[in-house]
Amino acid sequence: MSDTRLIHGQSLGAVRGERVLFRDVSVEAKAGDLVLLRGANGTGITTLLRQLAGLSPPQAGEIERSASHHWIGHTNGLKAHETPRTHLQHWAKVWGSEADIDDILKRTSLRRPADVPSRMLSAGQKRRTALGRLKLVSRKLWLLDEPFNALDTDGQAYLAEMIEAHRADGGAVIAALHGAAPVKASSEVAL
Amino acid sequence: MSNPAPLFSAFRQALSEAWASGAGLLLPIGFFSGTAMLVPFTLGDEAETLAKIGPGVLWLALALASLVTLERVFQADLQDGALDLWVQEEASISLIALTKTLAHWLISGAPLILMAPILGRLLGVPFEDMVPAMAAYGIGGFTFFLWGGVAAALAAGVARAGLLIALIAIPFFVPAIIFGTLSLTEGFDGASILFLSAACLFALGVAPAAMGAALRLAAE
Repeated sequence: MSDTRLIHGQSLGAVRGERVLFRDVSVEAKAGDLVLLRGANGTGITTLLRQLAGLSPPQAGEIERSASHHWIGHTNGLKAHETPRTHLQHWAKVWGSEADIDDILKRTSLRRPADVPSRMLSAGQKRRTALGRLKLVSRKLWLLDEPFNALDTDGQAYLAEMIEAHRADGGAVIAALHGAAPVKASSEVAL
Repeated sequence: MSNPAPLFSAFRQALSEAWASGAGLLLPIGFFSGTAMLVPFTLGDEAETLAKIGPGVLWLALALASLVTLERVFQADLQDGALDLWVQEEASISLIALTKTLAHWLISGAPLILMAPILGRLLGVPFEDMVPAMAAYGIGGFTFFLWGGVAAALAAGVARAGLLIALIAIPFFVPAIIFGTLSLTEGFDGASILFLSAACLFALGVAPAAMGAALRLAAE
């Protein structure tokens, strides 16, 4: 089984100032998994996710990665001057993606605001744009921080569908979630 | 670094960002001209004095103008989450930061060089003195942007970082200002323009690594 393991974080720990945020937390994701990181506000699930993404070095423990990943943080990564279209075009170029941007905009219901600068978009539209990045290049592991935030019912259903399709395709998702989950997880890590 | 596509994309993104955020070219040009125009009011309007100190005054205005535009360069990236995405790229964050700095210099630094002869004329500096001065402004201005970029990266997480950026960057401006001002009297024949270029190359070698380290730290 270990050859399908995409990421494995072992005995991870984090310190905030003088306080131990969490310790001895292990997370692993295999192909087809949906791992939910659960915890109340301030328990460090975002920190844990950032450690898994390699953004913050873990203060304890080790992380083994054997797949590339997509990152969607609670900030979406859109520049104020970018439109959904230019944002996706930009990252498509960076990643050498041949994906059909118009098709992605259609699927994420962004056809109408496709050319509106992101400073004038709603939080949900920005989130949908960020989710569009997942479609640009295929990467096995998705790391999502509160992905259902700001999305309307349709958007949540669409994202749940995307996650299921990705799992069926041999990918894995690790998501930090505070609220109720509209998707069924294969395992949960509680902080 | 086999794949230059991320750098090209970062460059294009930074160009449109610089254009969209700082009111395009007008803000730094306005600031540059305004600063230079204040000088005759403080030092009197004697033509001879102004012609003598004019090029030096433009150096000061250039250094200050480079600082006003740099505050948002990396701060915006941190706030909108773009920095998180860049840090996870294979392309080195130092080179991305250098590319961004170059783009911002092209939009808000380079136009100042073109303004220099006009402002020089207003201060009574003879035109033939302005040509070597413009070369020096170009090299010096880029040096200012590199050190300013380091300061901006260090201050990315700080609200109202403008003054902090100035505080960090100004000591690093000193060599470029000294040799830049000296080169005005020597023209292309003296050694000062070479020392100015050396100061620029040194910044080019050191600043990207410093920006990269500061941005990684900011992303944590």
